[in-house]
Amino acid sequence: MSARPPGAQRRPIHPWPLRLMHWLNALAIVIMIGSGWQIYDASPLFAFTFPGSITIGEWLGGAIAWHFAGMWLLGLNGLCYLSWSVLTGRFRGKLQPPGPRAFWRDAVAALTFRLEHREGSYNAVQRALYLAVIGLGVLAVASGLAVWKPVQLWWLSDLFGGFRISRYVHFFAMAGIVTFLAVHLVLVVLVPRVLLPMITGGRLSEDVP
Amino acid sequence: MSNAIDRRRLLARAAAFGLLGPLSGCNYDDLKHPDLADRLLTAISRWNDKVQAALFNPRLLAPTYPASAITRPPRFNAFYSESQAPVIDGARWKLELSGRIAEKQPWTLADLRAAPQQSQITRLICVEGWRVIGQWGGVSLGWFLHRIGADLRARYVSFHCADGYYESIDMPSALHPQTILALDFLGEPLTPPFGFPLRLRIPTKLGFKNPKSLVALGVTNDFPGGYWVRQGYNWFSGS
Repeated sequence: MSARPPGAQRRPIHPWPLRLMHWLNALAIVIMIGSGWQIYDASPLFAFTFPGSITIGEWLGGAIAWHFAGMWLLGLNGLCYLSWSVLTGRFRGKLQPPGPRAFWRDAVAALTFRLEHREGSYNAVQRALYLAVIGLGVLAVASGLAVWKPVQLWWLSDLFGGFRISRYVHFFAMAGIVTFLAVHLVLVVLVPRVLLPMITGGRLSEDVP
Repeated sequence: MSNAIDRRRLLARAAAFGLLGPLSGCNYDDLKHPDLADRLLTAISRWNDKVQAALFNPRLLAPTYPASAITRPPRFNAFYSESQAPVIDGARWKLELSGRIAEKQPWTLADLRAAPQQSQITRLICVEGWRVIGQWGGVSLGWFLHRIGADLRARYVSFHCADGYYESIDMPSALHPQTILALDFLGEPLTPPFGFPLRLRIPTKLGFKNPKSLVALGVTNDFPGGYWVRQGYNWFSGS
């Protein structure tokens, strides 16, 4: 680690492209889930519907308009995030898949509230969760395209086992993302000091490799 | 489904989502006074029309199925109940033609029956998310458009129905080999709730783009819209 000249700014915890993409993604996810629930209600897959008060779009036509507008934000922002992460080496560095032993150790520590938050680096549970939700996002987009274009993108539709199964895959990808969001938000409530750096960037208190 | 507006409920919902405060709306309840969200979403929907037109492969066929896969009983769907389906006298019925067409004399059922017939067992996907498989038979729309001397470089083919419903499709989709003017369903003439005497069957588009009980067909360069499109559904709605 090279010495930093005195007075030089320390690196932010979250660089600005990540913060920008995080909040654009948050907006896209809210639009996609809220309008998706309204679309689901038009032809439910299970014996329940989502209350209209927590959906977006007011009726099927409005919800579809929101969904097919939000898909551009979600898809393009997601592509930017994936390419940025590959180019900056984020996947090789901060987001390396954890081994089962590290995951188990950190999971036990987390569930007994003994896992310390180290700013600037992700513990094994965080890495596993972030990689899982990235995978779920890719699955949601791919299955969504299969539902939208079962004729033109027939190969994608076939990959998921046809139109009807694509709808279930799309639903469960959403359910997985919602589960992640619940955990994500609970953790922010438990460790509120992580919220501000996602807006301002924050500054690392010491050099973290 | 209801298009009724409840501003208070809408605002509460937008507030709940916080981020969406300035974008509340888009129920297309007041087409003369669209709010910001309505205008934004309409513009993106027009863009999505273009993207879908570019994605559309005129030679790619929609999947076909064996007779054993046909959904029984068939599912009725319209903006009214089954008993309110229009009653039409087949002997006096005619398909009126208008717009960029050389031979505009109306076609009778006998004329259409005398034309070359084709049959398909295809999937109909509703915008609501359900799907059925059915067998439709009739006259290729591409053959029909050639036969009446339609301007095949025109942008749209429009349809008007006995029940007041109307729809329109792009010319490339109209010329797709599986797009037919259907006379038969499950090997028998169409029955009133399923579009007697003539309906459009286009397996490369969503169900609401398959208008029933046609009374008029037009070829035009002026965007004709559609019953549901006017209320906010995406126009191209390709599968």
